[in-house]
Amino acid sequence: MELTLAHYLILSAVIFALGMTGVLIRKNLIVMFMSLELMLNAVNINLAAFSNYLQDMTGQIFIVFVMAVAAAEAAVGLALIISLFRNKQTINAEELNIMRG
Amino acid sequence: MLLPIVFTIIKILIIVTVILLAVAYMTYAERKVIGAMQVRLGPTHTGPYGLLQPIADAVKLIAKEDLTPDMVDRPVFIIAPLLTMVPALAGFAVIPFADNFTMFGMEIKPYITDLNIGLLYVLAISSVGTYGVIMSGWASNSKYALLGSLRSSAQVLSYETAMGLSLVAPVLLAGSLSLREITLAQAGMWFVVPQIVAFVVYVIAAVAETNRAPFDLAEAETEIVAGFHVEYSSMKFALFFLGEYANMYLVSTIATVMFLGGWNGPLLPPLVWFVIKVLFIMFIFLWLRATLPRLRFDQLMSLGWKVLIPIALANLMITAIVVHIVR
Amino acid sequence: MMAQVAFYILAVLAVVSALGVITRENPVHSALWMLLTFFSVAGIFVQLGAEFVAAIQVLVYAGAILVLYLFVVMLLNPRAGGFIRMPAKYIIGSAVSIVVFFQIAITVWSSGIFKNGTIGPLPYAEGMNNVRAYGNVLFTKYLVPFEIASLLLLVAMIGAIVIARKD
Repeated sequence: MELTLAHYLILSAVIFALGMTGVLIRKNLIVMFMSLELMLNAVNINLAAFSNYLQDMTGQIFIVFVMAVAAAEAAVGLALIISLFRNKQTINAEELNIMRG
Repeated sequence: MLLPIVFTIIKILIIVTVILLAVAYMTYAERKVIGAMQVRLGPTHTGPYGLLQPIADAVKLIAKEDLTPDMVDRPVFIIAPLLTMVPALAGFAVIPFADNFTMFGMEIKPYITDLNIGLLYVLAISSVGTYGVIMSGWASNSKYALLGSLRSSAQVLSYETAMGLSLVAPVLLAGSLSLREITLAQAGMWFVVPQIVAFVVYVIAAVAETNRAPFDLAEAETEIVAGFHVEYSSMKFALFFLGEYANMYLVSTIATVMFLGGWNGPLLPPLVWFVIKVLFIMFIFLWLRATLPRLRFDQLMSLGWKVLIPIALANLMITAIVVHIVR
Repeated sequence: MMAQVAFYILAVLAVVSALGVITRENPVHSALWMLLTFFSVAGIFVQLGAEFVAAIQVLVYAGAILVLYLFVVMLLNPRAGGFIRMPAKYIIGSAVSIVVFFQIAITVWSSGIFKNGTIGPLPYAEGMNNVRAYGNVLFTKYLVPFEIASLLLLVAMIGAIVIARKD
């Protein structure tokens, strides 16, 4: 079977769903962040596939913007996790329930 | 269809064999050169002038018992040495060792492949080498190893930035990321002449990247025993050792291609020039090790962030302005 | 033929390693599976003719972001790595993602244009390659977004320093 756009879109959908599952079922904040990166990667596959399909560079350009956002997110998110751990001695999402009424 | 594949496999085999031999004899050269600098002889017993010493070392390492401590994370512990070794070798895939030449009526290309992203490929592949250090330190379940790998990851992240920034300046001059095109662009003038600042920054960052003295905080014997590979023995230790030296060769090769004009040079054949330049940079590595004491960790960090990166950035900016005006 | 074999190998690697990321108890193991995912996705990019992006993927994601994650994991050494305790949430979480997946998949299959969409090497003019074409577009049409991205990174850097510093 010839490779088509659909192959790449389905692959990206699988990875996106896996990343989403990770965010929903894990309780370690760092692993949740990693699952977010998985979802961003799935988006990047889509962008690259459409860039190839439409014979247009724009998709590839946006991948780099997505990566810049991911890098910024990782830096700020990990800083937050570190200061959270400093104050609470845990990064378990279930134990961070101080806002619960 | 089949012939190019066979050719590529032959080239890979040649390059890997040569690198492994070069690594073995680098350890010999290191002991001899540092010995001479410290007014002693170095190895003399095994074979004439101690020339068989690397082979004896290899035999010893292979014959030793392969210990795996009890509480280690076994899969990670086993993969870690491979992850230091393989990227260092894979980086050589894009290095142009000499110009294309004709032999037996066939055009022979003395490199495995010429990617249009060659330089980025090398940087990307060598950044993976960090994982070997991080993984081994974590998986060993030993505090010395963990300290070593924490130091190493912070160090490599910091100096990778300076290294990348210093390499962008020659890329601007050559107008290409392909290592072959960069070499061809240096036929008239080696980039070390206009880019002496970038070259110095690159060499310092490269020494730090390969965890060599005076930046060997990750394996500082006198502070944290041997750092990340303290729990390793036998073949696994040998792989770390090979990886470190192959990495030194890789960064020297990149310095040769980016700054010293690659194979370009008068009179001697291209390949000979290439080897001479690589060995010269390797000699600088040994020289630094014999001369300078180890830095403290805060000195290391402030050197990276407060000295090397600003210098590399300023140099890059000036280069960009000059290139813009000239073109 | 070669392209298809390569695609299926890379796709299986990517999916298996993504599964590894979300199922490993230990965050360090998750991070190492993540490394494999990044490499497989980089391979997919190469297959789609986006070599520059593939190199940046390995350089930025594997070389910098993931090292940062591992660094934080090793620094904090958190005990609790595992999963949420309530099985109900577990099932609901998985079910939601499965539904999302099928929604995307059905959309993809039901629209005819996707089935015939051909994927192949991009045609470049003489003397052009992926990197040159990329640079030409990035530094002309997308120059302003590029500068804004650099501003974003600067803000993130300052923010990270302010948040994480001890005072």
